[in-house]
Amino acid sequence: MDALRLRAQMIQAIRRFFQDQDFLEIETPLRIPAPAPESHIDAVVAGAWFLHTSPELCMKRLLAAGYSRIFQICKCFRAGERGDRHLPEFTMIEWYRGGADYRTLMDDCEALINTVAREIGLDDVVSWQGRRIGLKAPWERISVRDAFARYATISVAEALRTDRFDEILACEVEPHLGMEIPVFLYDYPVEQGALARVKEADPGIAERFELYIAGMELANAFSELIDAGEQRRRFEEASRDRRRKGSPVYPMPERFLQALPRMSPSAGIALGVDRLVMLLADKSRIDDVVAFTPESL
Amino acid sequence: MFTASDLRKGLRIKIDNDPYIVTEFNFVKPGKGQALYRCKLRNMINGNQFERTFRSVDVFDEADLQEKKMSYLYKEEGKYCFMDNLSYEQVFLNEDQVGEAKNFLLDNIEAEILLFEDRPLGISLPNFIDVIVTKADPWAKGDSVSGNTKPVTVQTGYQLQVPPFIEEGEKIRIDTRSGEYLTRVKG
Repeated sequence: MDALRLRAQMIQAIRRFFQDQDFLEIETPLRIPAPAPESHIDAVVAGAWFLHTSPELCMKRLLAAGYSRIFQICKCFRAGERGDRHLPEFTMIEWYRGGADYRTLMDDCEALINTVAREIGLDDVVSWQGRRIGLKAPWERISVRDAFARYATISVAEALRTDRFDEILACEVEPHLGMEIPVFLYDYPVEQGALARVKEADPGIAERFELYIAGMELANAFSELIDAGEQRRRFEEASRDRRRKGSPVYPMPERFLQALPRMSPSAGIALGVDRLVMLLADKSRIDDVVAFTPESL
Repeated sequence: MFTASDLRKGLRIKIDNDPYIVTEFNFVKPGKGQALYRCKLRNMINGNQFERTFRSVDVFDEADLQEKKMSYLYKEEGKYCFMDNLSYEQVFLNEDQVGEAKNFLLDNIEAEILLFEDRPLGISLPNFIDVIVTKADPWAKGDSVSGNTKPVTVQTGYQLQVPPFIEEGEKIRIDTRSGEYLTRVKG
């Protein structure tokens, strides 16, 4: 089937999946005064404000306001991101569960992707670029530390010390992840999870995971950080990092920080819809699953 | 000055004082991590290829490359001498740098010489040149065994296959990219 028709069917299936579980579909503004300060995510300027890089801050304010199961399918914008798997404007499905932690979101991912695959007529195996990947749950779960020990030439500690964490992850670890069944890569070094809760048993670890299928990163999830003081400290650190690199520094998202103390323990996740379409439509480039790329406009 | 975000296929940059051309490029960015620019590069002097991953903070100098119109003068001890038509400055290219173009170096032919900081790297010739056939066997009419072509030698010493009616002393046009005969040139 044509990728755009498949895409439309998949988005309907995603929507139905969440509606069937009593999640509330919401829309938050795309244009916001203060994006989350993160070291390596640059926002697109829109007048005096910015296009959101994800709906995270507004959705968490809704959690704080008492909406405990919410989802949103929306466009997100990130300046300078363009590659075979990146578009500066892309589609995200983001959902939050009050009273849950990141482990529940792993179960959600297994159920969601199996449901979507079934609805477009795939059974529990997906073929992507000549490789067959089984979707039957449970999927593999491996910690960042163990994945580095298994696939990388240096340890996580060494990679962090030499500022090569991202490079080793992208070049040595990711190509091995999810090649037979999907993989949850979990428990990141705390400096790699700016909005994630720290693990009670280990303050050096953030409760964050990424879902990988066929070496492709599909989703990022956290047990949400709800300590406003700690969140402010991490935003300030990210802002300092941005200033050091010469990146634009964003205003502090004060309203979000004010709302955070009212948010109960929650877990949230963002999954790239374009990449999920790439996977299920067997396309190697993100260009092949969208109606137009920026270059074609 | 380029930054990593300028990297793309075909970009020519300077690394360790050598010019490199980006032959393959991909943007990768893990999770919330930093942007990485994975490139395959080819050294434009020695042809060596290698892979390298750059980060957004990396900066590069542009490779100072320019093409100049120069005329071919002579060959001596394996070196080909060309002269800049405007400055009369002379440069020497070796066999590797001249490559297949050596077959078409007519006296005073005007070529584009690719220079890196005034060092010659390569040559491109006009797509078509007209040359005189200096050696050809006579056309044996009715000789069907020899097929539709015959070998000839042209004034540069280059040998090629041409239709059997081409005779010694005639002028023919050659495509310098393929090295093949195109047509007979009258006059």
